[in-house]
Parts: sequence; structure tokens; C-alpha cells
Amino acid sequence: MNSKWLLATLLLGFLVLPVSLMAQITEYQQEQWLHTPAVTSHIGNITGNANSDRVKSDYRRYCVGCHGELGDGNGENAIWFETPLFPKPRDFQLAVFKCRSTPTGTLPTDQDLFDTIARGLDRSNMPPWNTFTKQQRADLVAWIKHYSPRWQTEKAGTPITIPPEPEVTPERVKAGQEVFARVQCWKCHGVTGKANGPSASTLTDDLGRPTLPFDFSSGARPMCGSTDRDIYRIFMTGLDGTPMPSFSDNIKPDEAWDLVFFLRTLQPHNEYNKKEREIAKQLNLKPLNAMKLSQ
Amino acid sequence: MSVKQHRNFLPCAVVVVLICLASMMTLRKVHAAADGSITGTVKLDGTAPHMRGIDMSKDPWCVKQHVGSPAHLELVVVGQNDGLENVVLYISEGLSAGETNEKSSAVPVFDQKNCMYTPHVLAMDVGEQYKVITSDQTTHNIHPEPNPLLGNIPWNRSQPPGAPPIIQSWKVEEVAIPVKCNIHPWMHGWFVVVKGPYATTDDSGNYTIHNVPPGSYTVTAWQETYGKQTQKVSVSAGAAAKADFTFKASAAHVM
Repeated sequence: MNSKWLLATLLLGFLVLPVSLMAQITEYQQEQWLHTPAVTSHIGNITGNANSDRVKSDYRRYCVGCHGELGDGNGENAIWFETPLFPKPRDFQLAVFKCRSTPTGTLPTDQDLFDTIARGLDRSNMPPWNTFTKQQRADLVAWIKHYSPRWQTEKAGTPITIPPEPEVTPERVKAGQEVFARVQCWKCHGVTGKANGPSASTLTDDLGRPTLPFDFSSGARPMCGSTDRDIYRIFMTGLDGTPMPSFSDNIKPDEAWDLVFFLRTLQPHNEYNKKEREIAKQLNLKPLNAMKLSQ
Repeated sequence: MSVKQHRNFLPCAVVVVLICLASMMTLRKVHAAADGSITGTVKLDGTAPHMRGIDMSKDPWCVKQHVGSPAHLELVVVGQNDGLENVVLYISEGLSAGETNEKSSAVPVFDQKNCMYTPHVLAMDVGEQYKVITSDQTTHNIHPEPNPLLGNIPWNRSQPPGAPPIIQSWKVEEVAIPVKCNIHPWMHGWFVVVKGPYATTDDSGNYTIHNVPPGSYTVTAWQETYGKQTQKVSVSAGAAAKADFTFKASAAHVM
């Protein structure tokens, strides 16, 4: 019996070894990537350098606690993140990022990562790091690239084109509600945007952890930015790693603006939605009838 | 720490590279002209585990499609004569690198039908284009979750009723990539990405891998619950080699 178990263990070891060699990233590999041309960043006229004197100590001082020594999102504080309220720290090795200007399944641009660092992620443990200088942030963008092999072989995706924002009209707000009904945003976000759609309670992220849809009525900032363009970008690129898919195959650019205007009516008063709220009031815009929709 | 890993890694890498080179050199050149095939049956030995029924009440449209014929989980699907359905068979060893097999022109299609995946398991070649379509009057999102460190990148797209097909391919071999729909959490399927020719068992557990050049191979059978089994076969020109598999229904696997 004993020798059988020994044999089984050995066999298992041999089976598992090649897989773990492929999938596990070592500090040594990362050290190599640190000195490759792919590990730089370009934001406007600023060039981020992962080998600058400062960036290593910045990462160690401000980021390592959550994102970890190897950038895998397993820093010593990570175990205290309770989902769904607080998503786990990003795993820079997998390099799957929520806030992108690029299509689903592609790497974000340097600018996307740079913006995320400054903006922080609302309703998570990631604060806005707007106390950093631009150079510090650009260096950190370069730095986090040395954690993943993906930056060695892949290029950032091409940002989606966002046409200039049209004028808000009652027709557009109404058309936006039709898009909301057609692509069934309400399945998760609910007909009133209160994150209480029929599928809301069962959502899980790519780690299999429970997660919540965005509640438009809460007054919270959307995770990847508050402006009209940010909201446009969120549903057209999707938030990779979460249940939020990309709708770019099925919402035309012009319709996407309609949807942005309709989504504004679901939010409580904020600095962006005065016009949309007025229009909704004038139109006496009623929420969709979920029972009717799901027949 | 880093110095130590440095020292261990180099010899490891050298050995791995040498093994790769050696195996590449020993592989023979084969000719597609007189291809054979591998055929057989995959069976389940023992009582098939109970497959729980699916509660689709989150989406009334889905419920409607299953009135009178409730849907069940598809972790183990047993058909006639204990045949195991949805087992993917492929050649895991023996195909020479860079050898292109004659491929069938049929595009693998993954349909979202009645809030289930048809087929539940879709096999395909590396780089082969496949199609995701929807037959449903409810919105789905297609969310494959490969391991990006192996080379395939996860994506997540919405497909509302009447939406055009999504055409994609995968860069590297991966057995297997889970696919899910976040809106309908019971929807769970697989993309099985293999190198070279492949086959998936039908509802009687039968399969045939076509377009196999003559040679000696290791055939692997993959089943989502029971894992992998392998067998050695020799394929001669124009003939069908036989490889039957039996998976044991063990209590540990009962869901």
C-alpha cells in the first residue's frame, strides 16, 4: 500500500510539474523582464522607466501590501478583502484589467493604467494616488508591466473610437432606454438601475468570488470614471475580469451615446446629469416593465 | 532569494529546451495523402452520478423553453449502452510540429439554445476559427476564462437576441477552457483547444478522429468530471485504428 501511494505521489508530481513550470512566474523571470524594452511606458511626453531609482521603493512602500511582492495580488493585506464589497487586488501577472479604452481581451494602454492609478477604484480598497507626480505614476505603469509575460509578447489593444458627444435630446434619452431594454442591461442592473436585476445576486468575478453590478441610484462613481466618455467606454469595452461584458458588437456608436444619456437619468443629481434628469421629468419617463420584458 | 532561483532556473531551462529539441528531431515527417483514422467508444463503468435539475427561475424566458423537459447539469452525460457523451479525443503525442493536417471545412459552432450550450463541450484546433451563435430570445454574455499565462486571453462579450455570430480562435493548446454566462449562472460549457485532429463522442460514446497521418500516437480522452486517459495507437495508411476508453464512475465524483 505504501509503495503504491509513493508511486502515485511521484506520478502526480511529474504530471503537475510541467504545468506549474508553465503557469508559475518566478522572481527570476520578472527580473529578466524588468530590463526589456517592453517594460516602459509613454504617457504624452512623459516616459516611464521601471528601472528608475524611485519606482521600486514607491511600489514597496505604497503598493506591495495589497498587490504583493510578485505582483500577483496576494499581498499580506489581500486576505482581508471581503468580496463582494471589496474586490481582490489586481493580479498584475494575469494582466487582466477592468478599466481599459481597448477592446475586451486586450491589454490596456499606458494611459489607461496611468489614469487608473490617479483615479483609484471607487468601492474598492484602491485609493486615488493623485499625490504622486506624473513621473512617479508613469514609472509605476512601467513597473507593473515587469510582473507579466504578456507585456513581452502582446501589444496594448487599439483604443475604441468614441465619436464626438451629440446634443442631449428627449428622442435620444428615449432611444437610450430602448437600447437598455434590447441588450438587457436590466438583467443585472435592474430596470431602475438599482443593481437589483434578476441575475444580480448570482454574479461572480473571474476568481469565482461574488461581485455586484453597479448601482446607478447609489450616487457612487462608476469604477472606471464618471464622465460621459468614461461611461461610454465602460459598456463598449467591458470590465475584463468581471461579469460586465463588452457590448460593442451590438450597440452602434451613435446608439451608445443614447444609452449614456439614458443611464444618466438613473443617477441621482450629479454634476453631469442635469439635462438628462430634466428631460426624463418632462417625458415622465417610466422604468421598463421587467415582467413584460422577460416573457 | 532571487539569486538562488536564478541558479536553479538556468539548468532547468536548459534541460527543458534540450528535451524539446530532442523530441522535435525524432518526429517523423508524415504525408496527408494516405491518412488513416482513430475510432472507438468511450464508456462509463458503473452507475452514472445523479445530475441535478437546473432552476432557471432567474429568467422566465428560459423556464418557458423547458416546460415538460427540465434541464439537468451535464457534468456526466451517459447515453445508450453506457456511452459517455461530450468526451474530447485528441492526439497528445506523436504529431510532428508544424505538420498541417487536412482539416475539415466545417466551422465548430457553439450555440446558446434554450439557455444551455449546444454542444456542451466544443473541441477545436489551435488557431481554428469557431463561431458562437445564439438561438435564444434572451441576452447572453459569452465569457471564456482561459489562463492568460498559458497564452490564451479571456474575453467577455454580450450577445442579445438576433445578434450576429462571434467568430474567434485560440492561440495555444488548452484542455480545457471554461465558458460561462454570468447572466445565467447555470450555463457552463467548455472550449477544448488541441493541436491537430480531434473528435467529440456522440450520445452513444462513439467517436472517429479523421485525417490522421500514419504513425504511432498517444490518444488522450478528456472528460470534464473524470479528467484524462491516454492510450497508444498505431495508425496505418487508409485504415482505422481502434481505441476504446472506459471511465470509472467513482463515488468521489458524484456531485
